[in-house]
Amino acid sequence: MERRIYLDNSATTYTDKDVLEKMLPYFSEVYGNGSSQHFFGRDALIAIDEAREKVAKAIGAKPTEIYFTSGGTESDNWAIKGAARALRAKGNHIITTVIEHPAVIQTCKSLEREGFEVTYLPVDEEGFVTAKQVENAITDKTVLITVMTANNEVGTIEPIREIGAVAKAHKILFHTDAVQAVGNVPIDVVKDNIDMLSMSAHKFYGPKGIGVLYKRNGVRIERFMDGGEQERNMRASTLNTPGIVGMGAAIEKAVADMDKNNTHIAKLRDRFVGEVMKNIPDVRFNGTKDMNRRLASNANFSFEYIEGESILMSLDLAGIAVSSGSACSSGSLEPSYVLLSLGVPIELAHGSIRFSFGKSNTEEEVEYTLKKLYEVVARLREMSPLFKKFEGEQKYV
Amino acid sequence: MYNKKVMDTFANPKHVGYIEDNDGAGKVGNATCGDIMEITIKVKDDVITDAKFRTFGCAAAVATSSVATDMVIGMTVDEALKLTNARVVEYLEGLPPQKIHCSVLAEEAIKAAIEDYRKRQSEKQGK
Repeated sequence: MERRIYLDNSATTYTDKDVLEKMLPYFSEVYGNGSSQHFFGRDALIAIDEAREKVAKAIGAKPTEIYFTSGGTESDNWAIKGAARALRAKGNHIITTVIEHPAVIQTCKSLEREGFEVTYLPVDEEGFVTAKQVENAITDKTVLITVMTANNEVGTIEPIREIGAVAKAHKILFHTDAVQAVGNVPIDVVKDNIDMLSMSAHKFYGPKGIGVLYKRNGVRIERFMDGGEQERNMRASTLNTPGIVGMGAAIEKAVADMDKNNTHIAKLRDRFVGEVMKNIPDVRFNGTKDMNRRLASNANFSFEYIEGESILMSLDLAGIAVSSGSACSSGSLEPSYVLLSLGVPIELAHGSIRFSFGKSNTEEEVEYTLKKLYEVVARLREMSPLFKKFEGEQKYV
Repeated sequence: MYNKKVMDTFANPKHVGYIEDNDGAGKVGNATCGDIMEITIKVKDDVITDAKFRTFGCAAAVATSSVATDMVIGMTVDEALKLTNARVVEYLEGLPPQKIHCSVLAEEAIKAAIEDYRKRQSEKQGK
């Protein structure tokens, strides 16, 4: 039987069967428009309201602070552009980091073209930014701070509670892209001093195409999608009832099972990391070694002398799905900007692979993957002009 | 994104290695850009009798290295100099557009190896 091992859970997860089952009636049976006044619409609205309560409860928010969107990217765009434009008269400065997801970085670039100034804070070699750095970057023009809760490539968990506290003390809005964190890391928007938060259901065993923007009541941002009066007149578009139901079911389950899942996932990940570091020479473990400050799912390595895309494709041939920070896999000429920001040498960034574990992965899959990885690395190194020739001397030309 | 031919060639490339007593060696690309190709050739009476490659790069770089070395074996050096990346890509039944530059690298590595061969020949004759 052909092996199919999925170790790319940070890219997306499957939709849980029981989440899917809860969604299914909302396609063809309870198909009313949640904005309609008749009973078809009311039935849909009941389900939407339930889901809204579940999302709110999961992050310590109020249901009136939850806005359904099409996903993490929309939530990031809306939060950042919506807040910046609403506060334009007050100031034009935004603080973020160099390792944000493109949904945040490109949104900031877009605002720069509108006349905003953006400070992209550097991170240390483990991928951390500090609250002190954020505080030092604040000017009298700063209107928004946006820092991700956890990084998608190296799994670094940022000190958002401290950053939120700094923002609060200076009366500046704080947004966090928590797309990688929700369902994996406990979040309490009140204790964590979060004004706005983005999430996406497909990262925690929910469906694709549904996200949430949490916006604390009282925070004023511009509306993003013009049209009808959905979502308290803040986000037009017919409500995606099945998606919203899926979001509610998925977040409820993810938060309830968080400890159990993390224990299982971290055990697999830690064993995998330990074996790789022990058995493959010349490997760099990217990101922090402090596993308490790293997503349980994430392992990121650079294998010296070989290139990431060829590792990815070789593992693909062996039935193992992973992702790479190499330029070749992104289609650009530059390797991962996140790894480069951590100070990973460019040659090693080209040779990086992210393994992201999920709740359904097994010990046996870890064993199989290790076995195949040893073969793949050995074969590609055998093929590499950088291997052997430079052994014991300068490694790269 | 890759077709079956490219994946098959990447999985089972021909002519991997380094000819120690080579008559010509060429190395192009650099690690910063993410690909390096090194080709060594053996030449007798101006005919390439053997060619081997070592490549640091993506699946397309490995596949084109394999095809390019395979094609030049049996060619005269003049014929091999006319080998184009287009022919390598054609043999592989196409590459994704962003991977075409990998096939250029194979052509360049062959040319570099032949240039090295010619340089050594002229040095020999000069003696």
